[in-house]
Amino acid sequence: MATKASRAAARLMIAPSVILLLGWMIVPLSMTLYFSFLRYNLIMPGDNPFVGWENYYWFVTDPSFKAAMVNTLLLVGGVLFITVVGGTLFALLLDQPMWGQGIIRIMVISPFFVMPTVSGLVWKNMFMNPVNGIFGHLAKGMGFEPIDFFSEIPLLSIIGIVSWQWLPFATLILLTALQSLDSEQLEASEMDGASWISRFWFIMLPHLARAITVVVLIQTIFLLSIFAEILVTTNGGPGTATTNLTYLIYVSSLLQFDVGMGSAGGVIAIILANIVAIFLMRMIGKNLDA
Amino acid sequence: MARAVNTSRKSLNTAIAATLGLIMFFPVLWILILSFKSEIDAVRSPWQVLTAGWTMESYGAVQERSDYFKHFMNSVTISLGSTFLGLLIAIPAAWAMAFVPAKRTKDVLMWMLSTKMLPPVGVLVPIYLIFRNLGILDTRSGLVIVLMLMNLPIIIWMLYTYFREIPGEILEAARMDGASLREEVLYVLTPMAIPGMASTVLLNIILSWNEAFWTLNLTAAQAAPLTAFIASYSSPEGLFYAKLSAASIMAIAPILIMGWFSQKQLVRGLTFGAVK
Repeated sequence: MATKASRAAARLMIAPSVILLLGWMIVPLSMTLYFSFLRYNLIMPGDNPFVGWENYYWFVTDPSFKAAMVNTLLLVGGVLFITVVGGTLFALLLDQPMWGQGIIRIMVISPFFVMPTVSGLVWKNMFMNPVNGIFGHLAKGMGFEPIDFFSEIPLLSIIGIVSWQWLPFATLILLTALQSLDSEQLEASEMDGASWISRFWFIMLPHLARAITVVVLIQTIFLLSIFAEILVTTNGGPGTATTNLTYLIYVSSLLQFDVGMGSAGGVIAIILANIVAIFLMRMIGKNLDA
Repeated sequence: MARAVNTSRKSLNTAIAATLGLIMFFPVLWILILSFKSEIDAVRSPWQVLTAGWTMESYGAVQERSDYFKHFMNSVTISLGSTFLGLLIAIPAAWAMAFVPAKRTKDVLMWMLSTKMLPPVGVLVPIYLIFRNLGILDTRSGLVIVLMLMNLPIIIWMLYTYFREIPGEILEAARMDGASLREEVLYVLTPMAIPGMASTVLLNIILSWNEAFWTLNLTAAQAAPLTAFIASYSSPEGLFYAKLSAASIMAIAPILIMGWFSQKQLVRGLTFGAVK
């Protein structure tokens, strides 16, 4: 039983974390919100007048905003599709009896531990470079014209790189979920003559549904913030072909020094991420009750 | 599984899985190979690369050209610093929430988690300006603070789920036997909490080592950890494949090895207990 004294002590122990996180949340957030209503550019010093919704208006009506939104959607959607489908297949495969499972699993999950700047540069130079990259060499070896990935299919190339990084994450989580499946249920259905497909469809997939939802939600949070991979490969180009929302805000705020505009973009990014976060929080909250 | 598995099916599984595993791992394997080749051989066709002679020269060259060791130490300082500072703040909080739960504990936990959902780019401008005005742009202590705050919710959550698994009866038994609070924490709780804390530390070192938004935006030449240092290779050094490979291998090797040991904790830490 918790006494009054221990309650007070507990509060005191939680306080530093709460105060820090509260500060980390409220101070920069309210600054972003405040700046987003000012005309505030670091290279044009002035008195930073209040301009209402002007920054939002210019940010949203700029053609690069529409491009960035479409790219963000394609990037997140494309990577989610590849990693969820691929991750499910990988997890099903790794769950089968085999030799050297530990080593194979280590090989599959390794890309997740490669830092984003390294994977961006390695794929860009060693694989996708049309002259010296492996894909270029292979294409030439087979008599094809090598593809210049980052000028012909820039967004697809980035989707590929990011999928390579996140496929292990999806695999690992789905594999964990799959291993918690009661094997007796599977055996019973097998004895009753259920085919492999119906076993997958009616037993495994419903069991995985929750894990898949978690993968989708968590990855979406991270994928909305993809930055380093774009910075080291394409710098958002050619044109705005690979500029996502995060990168666009980075360009406005730290390259064009437009604090007001960058902040307006920041507010939009926060709202977007929150829509996803609400669903994720609900799932986690439910789990906490159990 | 109690089912008998026939050998041919097992061989087939192994063959398919090993092939896919190799494909996923290939980029890492390939830069490992390239890092031991000379600059001229590294840009040849794959077959010529494999048959070319081996050399260690790139590893030396990377250090000489750009003081690699400094950036490596920056990474070490930043990731260890932010993890242990976070642990220091998180342990009391997680301990209190796990063992003295109150009505609002769940809300507090959920709220802490919600701070993790904040996209970093949403607060890029204010953090950048605060850092500039405080004069901590491009310092290691600045990054330690930001990464600690980024990961604090994960640390608290992981510790909380581990602490909750410690049965309360054991603590009660210790108390009945006349253990003081200090003894209880020191001799009963700590030994049982150490594996959980170790996992938390491991995952958080990995996360902060690879963090590439704040490290890229808040550092320049001085405090740049390896993420930012490697980014400077995007041009024109990116054309030096052997050196880029050597720098990359040194940057990812420690964390790759740690990652292999933390697969289970990764699932727990990154799904906040939603998948077990």
